[in-house]
Amino acid sequence: MDPIYADAKYQDVPYEEKKQLFDEVKADMRWHTSLYGCYECGICVAACPSARFYDFSPRVFAQVMAREDVHTFYELLNESVWDCSQCFSCTRCPRQNNPGGIITIMREVAVNHGLQSAKEALKAYSRIIYKIMSTGTQVAPDMLQPDFFPDWGPDVQQVSDNLDVWRRAIPPETMHTTELAWDVAEKTRVELYMIWKLTGNLEMIEQIDEGIFMILEEVMEELLDEHGFDIDDFDSVID
Amino acid sequence: MSLLPIVNDGAPLKAKDRVFDRKGQMPEEYYKDQLFELEAKGELIIHRIADEQAPVEIDNKFGRKKKIAIDNTWHHKSCGQCGHIPGYSTSIFWLIRQLGLTYHDPKEQTSCTAWNYYASSTSNPAAQAAVALRNFAQAYEDGYYPIIHCGTSYGHYKEVREELIHHPELRDQTRRVMDRLGKPMVFPEEIVHYSEWVHVMRHQIHERQKLDLSDVTVTVHPACHYHKLVAEDAIYDRELYDGQRTAVVSALVKALGANLADYSTFHDCCGFGFRHILVSRDFSRSFATLRKIEKMKEEANPDVTLTHDTGCVTTLDKSQFAAQAHGRNVGIPVMSDAQFAALAMGAHPYKVCQLHWHGVDMRPLLEKMGIDHVAAWEEFQEVAGKIEAGEMDFMSWEDC
Ligand code: SF4
Ligand code: SF4
Repeated sequence: MDPIYADAKYQDVPYEEKKQLFDEVKADMRWHTSLYGCYECGICVAACPSARFYDFSPRVFAQVMAREDVHTFYELLNESVWDCSQCFSCTRCPRQNNPGGIITIMREVAVNHGLQSAKEALKAYSRIIYKIMSTGTQVAPDMLQPDFFPDWGPDVQQVSDNLDVWRRAIPPETMHTTELAWDVAEKTRVELYMIWKLTGNLEMIEQIDEGIFMILEEVMEELLDEHGFDIDDFDSVID
Repeated sequence: MSLLPIVNDGAPLKAKDRVFDRKGQMPEEYYKDQLFELEAKGELIIHRIADEQAPVEIDNKFGRKKKIAIDNTWHHKSCGQCGHIPGYSTSIFWLIRQLGLTYHDPKEQTSCTAWNYYASSTSNPAAQAAVALRNFAQAYEDGYYPIIHCGTSYGHYKEVREELIHHPELRDQTRRVMDRLGKPMVFPEEIVHYSEWVHVMRHQIHERQKLDLSDVTVTVHPACHYHKLVAEDAIYDRELYDGQRTAVVSALVKALGANLADYSTFHDCCGFGFRHILVSRDFSRSFATLRKIEKMKEEANPDVTLTHDTGCVTTLDKSQFAAQAHGRNVGIPVMSDAQFAALAMGAHPYKVCQLHWHGVDMRPLLEKMGIDHVAAWEEFQEVAGKIEAGEMDFMSWEDC
């Protein structure tokens, strides 16, 4: 390893392994519209919310990827990548770079490879993945529980205490739900499950949380079966 | 001798003197031309904004005309709004009903799933495009034009559009998915955000305004995914902020006669962060309160701050409780432009605008707006009591 990396982290990970992940990021179809070169002007950093509260910089992502610095890339992939807010304020880059977009691709590669750091970053988050993939709505009223949002004050307790009645005291009839944000038609959920299967999305979850994957697969299999479909008939369309 | 052109005798132009003239070249690519080209090749059906949508044309960021669908709209709801801020979606529907227009609130809609995508990346472009196209195909088949409630859905669908336009392999993958679903490949000619609808309707809303808001000071937070993520589609107006800031929400405040107040971190994000708001909220709270709410307090001391996106309402509102506990300079009610417009038109603060789902105390604001919140809460409680006692199943529009 080059002496400049003498203090670098992840020295035990072989270069080839890091390079493979690096190449996967660059092979993504979106890559060519994500980075055109970098002035090091720092405009992205000035606009970036995460840069204000973390040791994080969109400029570093642009620079490291442009310099093809595989070792630092691997460090970013395992650490800073999860600090980004995905707000895309950095798209005001004068070179039309999209550091936030680079980060989206990097995260996807981290998930596809089931990196331990990705598992850690998403540990508390798995129940949200289950909600969105199984119901088609991510944020449901029954998530408003004081143990999940203790810092949101006593109102959360009040909402949770009155949830059923307050949900029925909302005029649009699609919204009288507690487990879903609105009443999603069963046929629509069937179509959504087909999408997750046909795009290999379910397998991505297997990489990150096997428990959630198994529950999801069971729920999907059951509903598809009820509608006369076999879950194994939906091979991924992605090569 | 200076090599730089000297303007205004060398002194910097004051903001009020700046002229926003689009002198530069317009980008050559135009998504609408590209979409219609794909349609001509038989790759996509473009869902047009037809006469039955009573369209209105306004300027987008690059000065191109954008058509906004007004009538016969298909409402692509937001999971964060419907789930946690139900007065947000309810107010949008209430406004449409009051203005005598027709809409469809479908059950055959899924969320865009982009909150999860930006939080965890546990998805991929093909899945994201297929989710978008399934919803768009449903709107097309239902015969209504899609209006997008969430800023992130709006941003993400613009991103999906760009990806579909530029990547034939993605179109191929998505087509194979849609074929299996038995649905057509449909894309709308414009991605329309509900706040653009509110923007276009602001004068009609003002005509029906019941409350005098001249004493109410308002700050605005623009949603990042509205005006930064694929920036062209956002609406700008030379008459407002010199065309330097998106006009939506701010123009409504002016049309309603409230006092639109500026602050220095207008362009900053709210701190939502997608993953952060759910599992790393220390960041979201710090950013929302230190960079947005406290700045607004110091510089404008508003009675309310308005925004036009799910995550922004949630983050700016809910983050204030913990900051207040630490004695910080916070305490600004937060709501959407639609809720504010509905209140101005006399909507019920709890039955329609559902303000009891918000965190910051709204009562001083409501008093300033001339709303009797004590009586209004009793009216809400009466209906809730009947539901609880089993005397009625649900609140309906007739009960509002
Ligand atoms: S998308 Fe990420 S890197 Fe870009 S400005 Fe937002 S937080 Fe910063
Ligand atoms: S704004 Fe663009 S050019 Fe400037 S440092 Fe960031 S990525 Fe590089």
